[in-house]
Amino acid sequence: MHTFYNVVSGPLAWIAFILFFGGSIYRIVRMLMLVAEKEKFIFTYMSWRYSLRSILHWIIPFATVSWRRQPVLTVITFAFHACLIATPLFLLSHVLLWDEAFAISWWTLPDAVADVMAIIVILGAIYFLARRLTQPDVKFITSASDFVILAIVAAPFVTGFLAYHQWLSYPLVMCLHVLAGDIMLAAIPFTRLSHMLFSPFTRAYMGSEFGKVRHARDW
Amino acid sequence: MVDSRSWDWDTSEKKIPLDSWKAEYQWVEEPYVSPDGEKIAAVVNVDEGEFTVCVNGRAWGETVFDKIWHLRFSPDGRLTALVSEMGEWTMAVNGKAWENKFGYIWEPRFNANGTSIAAAVQQDMQYAMVLNGQPWKQTYANMTFFALSPDGRHTAGAVQVESVDSGEIHKFQEGSFTAALDGKPWDARFVNVWNLAISPEGGHLAAEVRLNLYDYTIAVDGVPWDAHYATVWEPVFNPISGTVVAPVREKGMWGLAENGNILWDRRFFQLWHQMFSPDGSRLAAIVAPSYGRWTVAVDGVPWSATFTKLVTDAVFSPDGQRIAALAKDAETFRVVVDGSPWSGTWDMAWKPVFSPDGKDVAAKVEKKGQYTYAVNDRVWSTSCDAAWDPIFSPEGTHLMLRTIEAGSYVRRIVPVSEIAA
Amino acid sequence: MAGPLKKEKAGVVDEGIDVGISRLSEAKIQSVINGVIESETGARLKTYVETCIHCGLCSEACHYYLSHDKDPHYSPVGKVKQTIWEMLRKKGRVSPEFIRRAAIIAHTECNLCKRCTQYCPFGIDITYLMSVVRRIIHKLGVTPLYIQDTAHSHSVTMNQMWVKGDEWPDTLQWQEEEARVEIPDLRIPMEKEGADIMYSVIAPEPKFQAQLIYQAAIIMQVAGVNWTMPASVGWDNSDMAMFTGDNEIMGRLKRSHFETAARLKVKKIVMGECGHAFRSVYDMGNRWLGWSMPPFTIVHAIEFYHDLIKEGRIKIAKKYRPPITLHDPCNVVRGGGLHEKARYVAHALCENVIEMHPNREHNYCCCAGGGVINTGPPFKMTRIEGNRVKAEQLFVAKTKGAEVLVAPCHNCHSGLHDIVHHYEIGLDIKFFGDIIYEVMEKPAQAGP
Repeated sequence: MHTFYNVVSGPLAWIAFILFFGGSIYRIVRMLMLVAEKEKFIFTYMSWRYSLRSILHWIIPFATVSWRRQPVLTVITFAFHACLIATPLFLLSHVLLWDEAFAISWWTLPDAVADVMAIIVILGAIYFLARRLTQPDVKFITSASDFVILAIVAAPFVTGFLAYHQWLSYPLVMCLHVLAGDIMLAAIPFTRLSHMLFSPFTRAYMGSEFGKVRHARDW
Repeated sequence: MVDSRSWDWDTSEKKIPLDSWKAEYQWVEEPYVSPDGEKIAAVVNVDEGEFTVCVNGRAWGETVFDKIWHLRFSPDGRLTALVSEMGEWTMAVNGKAWENKFGYIWEPRFNANGTSIAAAVQQDMQYAMVLNGQPWKQTYANMTFFALSPDGRHTAGAVQVESVDSGEIHKFQEGSFTAALDGKPWDARFVNVWNLAISPEGGHLAAEVRLNLYDYTIAVDGVPWDAHYATVWEPVFNPISGTVVAPVREKGMWGLAENGNILWDRRFFQLWHQMFSPDGSRLAAIVAPSYGRWTVAVDGVPWSATFTKLVTDAVFSPDGQRIAALAKDAETFRVVVDGSPWSGTWDMAWKPVFSPDGKDVAAKVEKKGQYTYAVNDRVWSTSCDAAWDPIFSPEGTHLMLRTIEAGSYVRRIVPVSEIAA
Repeated sequence: MAGPLKKEKAGVVDEGIDVGISRLSEAKIQSVINGVIESETGARLKTYVETCIHCGLCSEACHYYLSHDKDPHYSPVGKVKQTIWEMLRKKGRVSPEFIRRAAIIAHTECNLCKRCTQYCPFGIDITYLMSVVRRIIHKLGVTPLYIQDTAHSHSVTMNQMWVKGDEWPDTLQWQEEEARVEIPDLRIPMEKEGADIMYSVIAPEPKFQAQLIYQAAIIMQVAGVNWTMPASVGWDNSDMAMFTGDNEIMGRLKRSHFETAARLKVKKIVMGECGHAFRSVYDMGNRWLGWSMPPFTIVHAIEFYHDLIKEGRIKIAKKYRPPITLHDPCNVVRGGGLHEKARYVAHALCENVIEMHPNREHNYCCCAGGGVINTGPPFKMTRIEGNRVKAEQLFVAKTKGAEVLVAPCHNCHSGLHDIVHHYEIGLDIKFFGDIIYEVMEKPAQAGP
């Protein structure tokens, strides 16, 4: 078990981070190169003002008609995404690892709060799963990959939650937790989790087109 | 070209008052001025449903027409208009209607020296071209694009030769159009035929053709080029060699092809209005070297200065050494000569005119409804209510400026040096 | 898994689609799909498809989805799934039957109204995805008959309605003559080089609705506008080729339009009350030709009337009495931001303006736009049944007292007419031009 842990938290973690950062940069650069190669006109219409105007509206809960029409989803998706990003970044035990390995550290969340946030992510994942299975329009467009990416995202939180509470076999769960984290990081640039990378660009482009050319709101 | 040596280049100013016209007629439409500057004319309303043309204050012949439109002076100074009498249409030249009458007549055009006048005509829902009053013997169920040869002896049209009813899309796609030269159609059938060009000596006809919904090329005398393209623009004959040159689109970019072979190495986001210098040695076109940027390319090399809105009215100097054009950025026009934009900006500018030796460039320009002239980037001191294109004297030393100022038409002969530096 | 395909309604026969399908082989389909995707698409298609998280937030944006009791086949992303996703996933190996369904979806179950783009958190341009499908359908030769015929008309005559070269100037002169009964010195100045504006219309105006040209001429004359109309091709600003994915013809039409304006030395192009034409001139056709923005300022009728009223160039003699409600056409509102100007005009002309909801950029589409009405009688019911939600919206405005529906767009006008008629809503439909003509101050009538 020790060996397994050393592998997932050592070389595999390195690979995961390299894939995440390297892959993210690669995907974004590739996309921009493709724009330059085949749809250069897009650059003509980009506007910082309208890009930011659009992004800002969409990252504030209930600031768009679409969000307002879906209050439950809006609350859950904002909570889910906020906790999804903040929990691993500011978890005390994660920061301690950074400190041990590289002697860097930063502000951390109280464990009890982090625990609640992990639960929010898990509940959010369950909500999305239920929505996929029950809401006809969502079900219609759901493919196997949607469940896979949901599982990839939920796994680190489920295992982290189990590990924190030391339920089941702690060493095994801990190993699985690190592995799940590695997988999620590595998967972001190469699955539709890449919406994390691309959505600011698609949003900015549409914001620019609506603001600069169409003189209309895109929210 | 028209010989301007016989025109009066000595009298520095002639005036024709226009105010009295308004009193004499119900209304006076926009005036037109003869190339020699001696005549000014306008369609005028005599009474309900009665029109004539007022030329230098006098009515245009005896005849009063039911309708008159498209009043224009031919390059050789004849005054022409499309006129209707008793429900029939024809062309009137210097007040006299052609003997042949038609159901309708439109899009008249002149050759460069004005010897010929052609137009499209419709009679009993059949279509043809008319040249100097004589219509084609053959008529067609539809005719869409028209041409008059540079020598004025030939006319052409894109004509429909197979009947296709509305909604018969598959029959249409088999091809129902061709081109006709002097009324005689090609044997070949195409889905579409557009933008015809007649060779300088008048024997050959080129056109854009669409072979099916997706393949386009140029056909010359009914024979399409071997190469097919995503689409093409208007063909042009080399005035000396007789080869045909047209812009062609491949892989989303535009190039220039000569007789089906790519001519320039460079590709453009847009390329059109290609033109040969008078001696056929140089070839220029209006191009977009990058998306949303416009300029002129000469022998394949674009000017370094580019413009955002529009480049139009490009013209070679008579010796073929220089090119002038109009460029628009935002809402303002500028004259550009050999890639250098003039400093003056205008709400509108008209096609630049070169002096016979190519050294001077003049253009009619307008700002806030006031017209004047710019010569070599210097502006004439007078502003006018209307103006017509400047004309250089045969020696290039003087300009004829035709304007309307304070209710009068003014014809001036001004030394070029008075305006240009 | 594509999911069960919705059963086609019995009796939908379209010769354009059916004959086209009968000529297809799987090899041809594959080569066309992959050809279009490879050579004509790039980062947009790839990024949109890879970024879509399949959340379904676009569903509620779509009037077809709402009108079909939330049938997922009609949600925007559902339509994407049934078309371009499958084509991409199967690398073009789809059946002729699949293409038939794709043609019907892309051409008759989507108005390219872009409302869904406003509801997608990522701003994915589903309209663009549907346009790629239409491009593929065009390249496969499976475009519905009526709109294909219109594209053919465009290709031959440079106008939408097979109006011949002589018929256009003849119609203008006829309208000029008619209008001289009202204003004796009225002119429709043709080919007047150096006028301030070129006024352009869509071909249905000379073909069926010449009174709109008459009204425009009266408005121009009274307002003292220095205007002209071309007597050559280039007068028609409409563009169904844009909607059939025949980009080459779209570009040809727009070139003709812009170069006619350049030839006439005008400063602006003012266009009649048409939405799709605005889109083609302002947003689509210019881009295909290499213009990032149109070479001439494009002024839609709404903006033109707004300016004339605001500058006092036309004066309102007596405001329009019947209460009106205002439809916001997608192409000039979501596509041109003219909603507040439309309201300024509406309030300046009418005593009572009753808002329908949702409105402005969020208004429901008329279900005629995007070329859907141009697919003709075979798909008329698709349009009407696909927009029950609009009928409900109109009915609410009606119960609040609206008697007249102002739709400043030709396609909206015709589409809403069918909806008002079918659902028996009982609203008169008018253009702004109709009302201006009725309420404006005119010189004293010339008595017969």
